[in-house]
Amino acid sequence: MIKKGTYVYIKKIVLKSSERSSHIPFDTLDKDFVMKVKGYLMNDAFIGDNVDILTETKRRVSGILIEANPTYTHSFGDYLDEVKTMKDIILTEMEDTLHD
Amino acid sequence: MTKYEKMMTKKQEIMKDSLNLDYEKFELEGIAFDYEKMMNDAGYDFEAVKKIQEDNHVGDTPLVELKQITKYARKFAKKGYGARIFLKDEALNLSGSFKARRAVISVYHAKKMGYKGVVAATSGNYGAAVAAMAARLNLKCIIVQEVFDSKDISQPEIIEKARRCEAYGAEVIQLSVGPELFYEFLNILDQTKYFNASLYSPYGIKGIETLGYEIADEVLKKEKRYPDAVVITNAGGGNLTGTARGLRYHGAKDTKIIAASVDLSGLHMASDHDFNLKSFTTGHTGFGIPFSTFPDRSDVPRSAARPLRYMDQYVLMTQGAVFFITEALSLLEGMERGPAGNISLAAAFSLAQTMKEDEIIVVQESEYTGAGKHFNSQISFAKKQGIILEFGSCEKEVAGKNLVFPKSGKDVIHKELNLMDLKKSYLKHYKDKILSKQEYAYLKEELNLNIDKIIKMMEEINES
Repeated sequence: MIKKGTYVYIKKIVLKSSERSSHIPFDTLDKDFVMKVKGYLMNDAFIGDNVDILTETKRRVSGILIEANPTYTHSFGDYLDEVKTMKDIILTEMEDTLHD
Repeated sequence: MTKYEKMMTKKQEIMKDSLNLDYEKFELEGIAFDYEKMMNDAGYDFEAVKKIQEDNHVGDTPLVELKQITKYARKFAKKGYGARIFLKDEALNLSGSFKARRAVISVYHAKKMGYKGVVAATSGNYGAAVAAMAARLNLKCIIVQEVFDSKDISQPEIIEKARRCEAYGAEVIQLSVGPELFYEFLNILDQTKYFNASLYSPYGIKGIETLGYEIADEVLKKEKRYPDAVVITNAGGGNLTGTARGLRYHGAKDTKIIAASVDLSGLHMASDHDFNLKSFTTGHTGFGIPFSTFPDRSDVPRSAARPLRYMDQYVLMTQGAVFFITEALSLLEGMERGPAGNISLAAAFSLAQTMKEDEIIVVQESEYTGAGKHFNSQISFAKKQGIILEFGSCEKEVAGKNLVFPKSGKDVIHKELNLMDLKKSYLKHYKDKILSKQEYAYLKEELNLNIDKIIKMMEEINES
């Protein structure tokens, strides 16, 4: 169980596929329009429950609880041979001018 | 009426309350409105803008001569060619980009008008800029972003921008792909009664005039002349509009204004499928072209960003070429920046080779980099989405299919976009409309063309 007051992530459908703007491509139109927002849990709950949270600006928002204590996992990505190759090209091409 | 349609009917009223600017008073006959009056009525002249920025760690960034990059470009230019390349290091602003110049005035104005908070719809650096300034002025801040596709996959660049906003205490609303972001944006404005810190208000553009002014001033002081060209990454058009106005305000009337965007033709900006196939979430043709040819598509009744008024040339770069130049900037100048801010640098690298070696070309911005917002993470993400990584000439790149990295600096080549075609696209919005003298006079300013030419173009459009 996740305790009241925990920092969490919720998800909610803002517009169902049938409620969306008609001026969008088909591959978007057949999907729901979804929102995710973080905030503080207002009651004890489990992942998957419909919950209320208080957001950073003190707005009360309801949605499905998807994560407790969310953090950032974005990175600099994997090692790439292509980046190494670009480095070699640039440095090699500049070699004759490096001592100017 | 659907929920969506109902919200759209409230658009005007919500906009009026959240902008506190009566756009009606700038309207002239039909399609025309008084652009300069709108800019002047905003209540902040150049000196006032400068003062607010100085007080808030914004502006007066260094203008650096990129001697090594210039040397590299000259390797591929004919004898006597290869202009000197300068870079305005805007990454050193509060929040890490030139967007601070825009945010600072909007947020200051919101505070002055007594709003409790600010809202901005942006997936880019502008969000961090608004959040940082809101933090300084003790205002609440909500940033509305388009972040993930229907498979819940997010652009790493946008995730990083969310982190940055949250670091400054803002609330970030993350949305799936689609223009209904505007629906949620209106919903939030309506619910909170906060200020709409739009990128396209007069405040958002007046803030950038200092950037153009500083470039003119610094080049004049150092080189006793104005720059021959300034290259500006173009998306919504505000960066170009504000910079060009600032250059003119200083007196640099002959400096060529060159727009540069990453070429994403073929990818649909509202497509869930295409969303994660691009490596640039801003500075691309998906914004640059529609916002140039129809500026009033933005989130305010009349956009203050009107790039075709100022643009002398528009060039396109490939994603692979911008990544290559981003790597060159690190390796040759010791400056780790971008990648999106380096679109204009890649363009300048190629354009400099068409200019004489005593000429000066200025790259007017750089942006911060870091996890998610780094070219290595963007390329790595692209690979995971099935994008093919290869080396070769720029023209082989097809957005959404591959990233083609140059095999040599000589393969970093810009592509010209026909400016007259853009102006024609602009005019097509008024097909079969009978235009008055005042409306033609307005179009003359909008397109920087003489009236006879516009009449002729309209005739061609109406006959087609």
